[in-house]
Amino acid sequence: MKPHVRFSRRRFLTRGVAAASAVALSGCDALSRTEWFPKMLASAESLSRSAHHLIGRRAMAQEFTERDLSPEFRSNGTAMPNSAAYRTLAASRFADYRLRVDGLVQRPASLSLDELRALPSRTQITRHDCVEGWSAIGKWKGARLSAVLESAGARPEARYVVFYCADPMEEDGTGLYYESIDMLDAMHPQTLLAYELNDKPLPIKNGAPIRLRVERQLGYKHAKYVMRLELVESFAHIAGGNGGYWEDQGYEWYAGI
Amino acid sequence: MSSIASERRSEVSRRKGSYLYYRHTLPVRVMHWINVVALTVLLLSGLNIFSAHPALYWGKSSYSGRPPVLEIGAGEDSAGNPVGMTRIFGHDFVTTGLLGASAGADGQVEERTFPSWLTIPGNRWLAMARRWHFFFAWVFVLNGLCYLIYSIASRHLSRDLAPDHVELRSVGSSILDHLRFRHPSGEAAKRYNVLQKLTYLLVIFVLLPLTILMGFAMSPWLDALLPGWVDVIGGRQAARTIHFIVAWLIVAFVLVHVFEVFVAGFWNELRSMITGRYRVEVEAADETAR
Repeated sequence: MKPHVRFSRRRFLTRGVAAASAVALSGCDALSRTEWFPKMLASAESLSRSAHHLIGRRAMAQEFTERDLSPEFRSNGTAMPNSAAYRTLAASRFADYRLRVDGLVQRPASLSLDELRALPSRTQITRHDCVEGWSAIGKWKGARLSAVLESAGARPEARYVVFYCADPMEEDGTGLYYESIDMLDAMHPQTLLAYELNDKPLPIKNGAPIRLRVERQLGYKHAKYVMRLELVESFAHIAGGNGGYWEDQGYEWYAGI
Repeated sequence: MSSIASERRSEVSRRKGSYLYYRHTLPVRVMHWINVVALTVLLLSGLNIFSAHPALYWGKSSYSGRPPVLEIGAGEDSAGNPVGMTRIFGHDFVTTGLLGASAGADGQVEERTFPSWLTIPGNRWLAMARRWHFFFAWVFVLNGLCYLIYSIASRHLSRDLAPDHVELRSVGSSILDHLRFRHPSGEAAKRYNVLQKLTYLLVIFVLLPLTILMGFAMSPWLDALLPGWVDVIGGRQAARTIHFIVAWLIVAFVLVHVFEVFVAGFWNELRSMITGRYRVEVEAADETAR
């Protein structure tokens, strides 16, 4: 019976290919769980970062028009921080909110929302690109981070700005979100401590009262619910030591790609 | 005379009715196999990355008021089992087993965009998939640059890949030959045929660079280099869609390519891409002439 033979041969071939690919792929999974292999893969991150910095240190992210605005700006990750302290702040519409600026600065500061609003600001319509793959376009207004750092007097040895946030990432209230960027991004004119989205005060689901905008990097760098900035020489001693909550879970610190 | 590699008659081993011909140079062979590994990893890790947001859009953003052009998801049947659903331009298709829902490690059908045998890593792991993808993206790009430089410098491009006018006029008959699975034999098998040349040129100079360019278009840092350049190709989300489509066009090329290897003589073709040597059957006319 010829059709029968052909069917089983096809099945044999299919199974053979499936088995071979299973061996190869479980090999890839085993490699992913070693210590050395992901480290080797991670070498591409510094290569990408060096290449990107070589060709565009001062480049400005594309800005869009009102026509391009997403009807609703998607909230991702935390939509309401699970923290009593944050809820208290939110209840009084952030009247008692203070942004602490400390670390390697000449004049540590504690800024109210009004003080932040009085700083040189910028309004920009930009595209927010999530590491997951989606994009949304929003209009942001905020204090230029460069102005905050200049008023605090960044010391020359400061290499990174660390952003400490109000939202716990674990159910038990621990694992506060944090992020870090280098001084190149921190002093970039489009890098903002945003307090407005689409001409309204920043909603809680998008990071009220302050979220970072660092336009040439992926969404997880744009820390929401920012409570404190610390200027540091290295972030190796902070939390998992990789410079951010998602970075500690294996994501790249350089998120320009 | 056009030949794939410099002919080294002294090295050619002759036996009755056939001889081994040095068809592919070492750099071409090495770069070919590096490309096989890199493209395989790029595809499978890419499918894992795609699973983090299994929808494709046209335009600058994903949230523009217009629905996605393609969406892969899962629903449930009356018994509570996952059902894989794929929506293309608003039309729903049940794709259980392949898209949306397929067997997991324990054999149970579960919600997953692609079957685990189609992704690196096998489970949903965006951070690790990105590590694989970007490392092998560098391998792929650097390998491709080496290939370009080598192909121009060694005249591989002008001698072996560029078709001449005579060949271009025979495209029609070459298509018919391919459809009949008739392949050049004897001396003609030393050279690429015209359809093969055109296909390789299309892949090398259009499809592969296009995936790289669309990859660049998804990088927010590279988008900033020349603000607006991404809109020329329809926007970042369009670039992501094109990246996805071109990846599958490359898969289609590979399937046909491997099929042709089988049709044209699997072991002979495979050996020629490993040792470089291809066995040429000497035709009867040549024998009598000798």
